[in-house]
Amino acid sequence: MPMTPGAACPTPKTDQSTVLLGHGGGGALMHRLIDQCFLAAFGAPDLAERHDGAVLDLGGARLAFTTDSYVVHPLFFPGGDIGTLAVNGTVNDLAMCGARPRALSAAFILEEGLPLETLTRVVASMRAAADAAGVQIVTGDTKVVDRGRGDGLFVTTAGVGLLEHPATLAPGQIRPGDAILVNGDLGRHGIAVMAVREGLAFDGPIASDCAPLADLILELLAEGIALHCARDLTRGGLTSALVELATASRGHFQVAERDVPVSEIVQGACEILGLDPFSVACEGRMVLFVKSSDAPRALALLAAHPHGQGAAVIGRVTARWPAGTVTVTSPIGTDRVLEMLSGEQLPRIC
Amino acid sequence: MKYIDDYRDAAAARRYASAIARVTTRPWTLMEVCGGQTHAIVRFGLDQLLPPAIELIHGPGCPVCVTPLALIDQALAIAAQPGIIFCSFGDMLRVPGAAGDLLAVKARGADVRIVYSPLDALRIARAEPDRQVVFFAVGFETTAPATAMAVSQAAQQGIENFSLLVSHMVVPPAMEAILASPENRVQGFLAAGHVCTVMGYTEYEPIARTYRVPIVVTGFEPLDILQGVLMCVRQLERGRAEVENQYTRSVRRAGNRSAIERIREVFEIVPRAWRGVGEIPRSGLGLRTAYAAFDAARRFPITTVATQESPECRSGQVLRGALKPFDCPAFGTRCTPEQPLGAPMVSSEGACAAYFRYRRREVPACR
Repeated sequence: MPMTPGAACPTPKTDQSTVLLGHGGGGALMHRLIDQCFLAAFGAPDLAERHDGAVLDLGGARLAFTTDSYVVHPLFFPGGDIGTLAVNGTVNDLAMCGARPRALSAAFILEEGLPLETLTRVVASMRAAADAAGVQIVTGDTKVVDRGRGDGLFVTTAGVGLLEHPATLAPGQIRPGDAILVNGDLGRHGIAVMAVREGLAFDGPIASDCAPLADLILELLAEGIALHCARDLTRGGLTSALVELATASRGHFQVAERDVPVSEIVQGACEILGLDPFSVACEGRMVLFVKSSDAPRALALLAAHPHGQGAAVIGRVTARWPAGTVTVTSPIGTDRVLEMLSGEQLPRIC
Repeated sequence: MKYIDDYRDAAAARRYASAIARVTTRPWTLMEVCGGQTHAIVRFGLDQLLPPAIELIHGPGCPVCVTPLALIDQALAIAAQPGIIFCSFGDMLRVPGAAGDLLAVKARGADVRIVYSPLDALRIARAEPDRQVVFFAVGFETTAPATAMAVSQAAQQGIENFSLLVSHMVVPPAMEAILASPENRVQGFLAAGHVCTVMGYTEYEPIARTYRVPIVVTGFEPLDILQGVLMCVRQLERGRAEVENQYTRSVRRAGNRSAIERIREVFEIVPRAWRGVGEIPRSGLGLRTAYAAFDAARRFPITTVATQESPECRSGQVLRGALKPFDCPAFGTRCTPEQPLGAPMVSSEGACAAYFRYRRREVPACR
């Protein structure tokens, strides 16, 4: 049964003229969009830093400033809703700059026909999340679009925070020898939302990890921990955060897969769906770079906090070549380079 | 995690690797058939643990990669029609046809939905009786039983707005085609454990005899694959050519009888074109005449535009094991997951995708 010789493949006609879902996936496509569209147009030095927020010196005060939009389907999921995401996400972006979050704005795009009860529930959870994070929602905006022109409810929040210490948390502060920590197990948010959206049932309940992280960061700084950089793990998960920071800091990160905490339920779901837990979204997890001699104390401080109970040291920064890369040691002891995914992770066939 | 960590144990992996080194006296070329195995090999660096005399080459067992281009184009055309709900496994959404991919069709307004099972598509058809729901039925013997179940349920329940674009394939004829090819280098196979879980492995016995090639039914975890390699190399070194089962925790010789019956009830064996490989006789599953009413290709006849093939993409050779992804001049430069020339670069089971994701820094042009 000889085969037809010669390869057969189509000329590519990848549609680059329209926005694809992958442009929002936190991977390589999104970074290209930022580079080629936003940075090209706006080009401000603070924007080029590509941090979660900008730190501005205004009238003698050091302010952190950030904004984020929230689209999630379904609006409510175990462990949170679009409101808790909208508050905690922006609070966390401020926290990653080392700031104490002070005030948020909230803008709502509502679709005609949205039950008011839904909006009321979302707003109530925003209030509760803001209280828990110690911020106030001080200004806002509302727009309504025709039915069919929105997905029920979109929320945009912006936030300002105050830097009360001289420390600078930024990729440029990462040093060889630093310990790399996470504050808990990965992937709960992504899998929880996917389970509700797709009607998937796993062994046992799974709730989003959505949580405010400012307290944790401020406590580490207050205790004198030499914290060099922190990044919350959102879209693209740990993979995107580590690759972005390695690239920005020109450091080399060595991470042991066995030390990265992933709950059995998330790992099981990922094995079934063919997803990589390293790249699944979180909403209450961060990766921290700490001077290695401070790592045991930082770990103890994190573990004592409700939002840091599963904290772990997952690797270290080395002076090894190649700079700007992340090497992951597999459970069987082999090494591979961690690469950012292109776009969205898609579940596999079999 | 139980059943995962047990098969990813570093000390056991080293023991298997030294056992393989001990029994190997000369060069052997083995092919792992399934793309899932390819990804495990590349992700865990299993090939780096093997003696240099053992070469692993990657087989055609990536359902997304071998789905014919004409069918992808047909899928894109059907999905773009108004009123259609086009359901697909997530993996198929990024596969390039001649006119983009399903994600691009979705971006232009089509209702393309990811499902996890054909039964989900049937559920959508039940819930939306005024719309036509089409399921893109791709994959090997692993996904065929669920497709068969959806078709027979649709027939029993009289769900008329449900149809399927079918491109199911069966693996053994493709292995035979590789062995019969003049360019063949394969001396032993690691057969796909999941396919054999459904079908058993009696079909492989005549292949092993006819072509004098050992076939080891193998699982997907690192230790499965290393043990499969060891069993295969032992046979080669002793001049044996038999079918052995490494994946005993899942595979029985006769397979899963009720799944096989489901497949036979709904499907018949047909010739099938494999993308990049060509037509292989008796290698596809097509709907039987009794279920022809559910054939989306009949329900939505599409005049396919003649598609232009790129001479640059070498995925046909990659799928036949004749070429490693790195040896393709377009790898990582003119062919990337964002701008793929061929399906193996975007499928989660594609060899090119595995090399791009885990190894691309080894290619100077990609650094």
